[in-house]
Amino acid sequence: MQRRNLFKLAAATGGAALTGQALAACTASSGSSDGELVLWAHNAGSPLEIAVTEDIVKAFNGSQDAYKAALEPFPQDVYNDTVNAAALSGDLPDLLTVDGPNIPNWAWAGHLQPLGVPTEITGKFLPSTLGKFQGELYAVGHWEAACSIFARQSVLEAAGVRIPTIEQPWSREEFDDALPRLVADGTYQWAIDFSTADTGEWYSYAFSPFLQSFGGDLIDRDSYLKADGVLNGAEALAWGRWFQGLFTSRLANVESPGGAEDFMQGKAAMSFAGNWSALPAMDLYDDMLFLPPPDFGDGPKIGGGSWQWAVTATADSAGANSWMETALSDEYVAEYANQTGLIPATDAAAELTEHYASDGMLRMMVDYSKAYATLRPETPAYTVIASVFGQYTADIIHGGDVQEALDAAAAEIDADIEANSGYGF
Amino acid sequence: MAVASAERAEVAAPPEPPKRRRRSHSRAEQRAGAAFAIPGIALLLLFVIGPALVSLVLAFTNARLISPTPPEFVGLENFRRAFADDATFHRSVLNTFVFAAIVVPLQGGFGLVLALLVNQRIAGRNFFRTVYFLPVITSMVVVSLLWRFLYQEDGLVNSALSMVTGGAWAGQAWLANPSTAMGAIVVMSVWQGVGFHMIIWLAGLQTIPEEVYEAGALDGCTPWQRFWHLTLPLLKPTFVFVLITITIAAMSLFVQVNIMTNGGPVGSTSTIVFQIVQKGFQQQQMGYGAALSLIFFCIVLTLALVQRRLTRDRD
Repeated sequence: MQRRNLFKLAAATGGAALTGQALAACTASSGSSDGELVLWAHNAGSPLEIAVTEDIVKAFNGSQDAYKAALEPFPQDVYNDTVNAAALSGDLPDLLTVDGPNIPNWAWAGHLQPLGVPTEITGKFLPSTLGKFQGELYAVGHWEAACSIFARQSVLEAAGVRIPTIEQPWSREEFDDALPRLVADGTYQWAIDFSTADTGEWYSYAFSPFLQSFGGDLIDRDSYLKADGVLNGAEALAWGRWFQGLFTSRLANVESPGGAEDFMQGKAAMSFAGNWSALPAMDLYDDMLFLPPPDFGDGPKIGGGSWQWAVTATADSAGANSWMETALSDEYVAEYANQTGLIPATDAAAELTEHYASDGMLRMMVDYSKAYATLRPETPAYTVIASVFGQYTADIIHGGDVQEALDAAAAEIDADIEANSGYGF
Repeated sequence: MAVASAERAEVAAPPEPPKRRRRSHSRAEQRAGAAFAIPGIALLLLFVIGPALVSLVLAFTNARLISPTPPEFVGLENFRRAFADDATFHRSVLNTFVFAAIVVPLQGGFGLVLALLVNQRIAGRNFFRTVYFLPVITSMVVVSLLWRFLYQEDGLVNSALSMVTGGAWAGQAWLANPSTAMGAIVVMSVWQGVGFHMIIWLAGLQTIPEEVYEAGALDGCTPWQRFWHLTLPLLKPTFVFVLITITIAAMSLFVQVNIMTNGGPVGSTSTIVFQIVQKGFQQQQMGYGAALSLIFFCIVLTLALVQRRLTRDRD
């Protein structure tokens, strides 16, 4: 036990020294049962989200006398490092936000405790906004994000491309046939923009659903023990060759900036982008379409699971769960969606919003999310999977050998799972 | 405090023989020295030596950044993996050496050329000194971000080349092409770092006494002879310093790669330090990351010792 703590302390020291800002986090107040509830959030860069959270905190503090909640926002770039460093030094807050795919890792690492919120409340939330690990519910999200293909009706019609619907999405052949036609007359430099300069989580969030639509996956989801055969099988190879082809035949830009910028600036005819870019795009073009992704064989797929609220292992359970109950009301779910343009997590809240109500401009995002959302693998290994997948997908995009890249990715993931004795599976 | 008490001791003991006095004086100085050094030593122990020792131990375990299971000793497994299995690491070692092999002579050489230029008595030389030094005081993160835009397919570098060649240059995405990405990082790194070594060279140049050059002039030196036989040999101590600092800085290439290419395309710009951070923090494999940093430490230590040996004074 002593030795383990020494290791952890050493790791924390090294981590803090390297990440810099993480050090500041160690001095922040920690969770305890003195009636204070400390909340950490990742979104210091989005004042609108912070404002809604502050409203919840105010409402909660006004509604009872036993607990007093206080919010401490962090910049998103250093947030995960901050939380890990705080966990190592025993300084976790009571409640914190956590990105969907990290929930299994943090639950496994012992950062989080299972939620004690009644199922009447959580049952109304979209399945992909409930953060689970091995059957236990650890986190609930106010919103969901969804990717779709951003396009303009006038552009598709001019190129003679059929506009797909959720009932009849594009097939692979249709999609492959449409792309060259969109750039044929030279108006657009690129047929489709994938925001490839946005490294980090974007690669596995945005691109692994294509792999899944081809029939491959990041890991074998029956055992959660092997990527070999799934990530480098025939289906995955077909995905890799197809995806690489878009870049080598110059239909897509290898270094397109994040946030669908090539599309917004009129350099790309379409963009595969998240719904958080939808409102700016609608301001820019009056004939915006948000189209379902193509069906590559296994049905259209998009990534699921966004930022959620969780209770830490060291928190005062009663106080933290009662904060969760206040926060998860439809009113706040709707308020987050109104402020940020993200998809509200409950149907009742969706009806309260301008864009996601039954007749709203972005209603299809809710439908895409329900029909296509595929959660990233719910295993603590996801942290490594995302990093490895991102690295080798970048190799594929830049013209590396597809089979070699996928074999190497699968081998690295499997080695990590083995080194961790299966991560509890 | 310590200095004041030393003075008092001096005043109180005038009849003592000079030898004793000197000794007591030096003991007081030693105490003062220790008092001044302690804060620095304590911080170094806590934040440099301590973590370094712990990482030495971690290198032989399978420690994770976060994990519910305690780390176990795995012997040399991490090193076996690094040397036998990890193709990306091999590539990173190669890339790092290639980078250092190009950057050290380029940056050292250009630094000397610039130092000689701004050491001339010409109008506005302070302006040029400032201009050459400007990139050094700019954050490497900022420089890397800006150069990433310069190197884009429709960026300034390609526009300039296209203008110079009258449109013959078609343009390419420098950082997206495996065969040009490392070269692009080299050029940018030299541009950023050369000003610092110019200043070091300049300081060395200004320590050379004027009389030496006067004597040379009397003997009828040509400018080239003067540079080759007077300036260069007298710059030897500066040369050693510049060589070792550039080598170590070049070996620890990280920021540019992290911001501009993320180790890509196809592993062509991945470096040792980038891999250490990637494995240790992003992939949370602390044990393996520690093993890689131990290997890195040995490489840099060996290089520094070899350079020291090659460049030491033989007289």
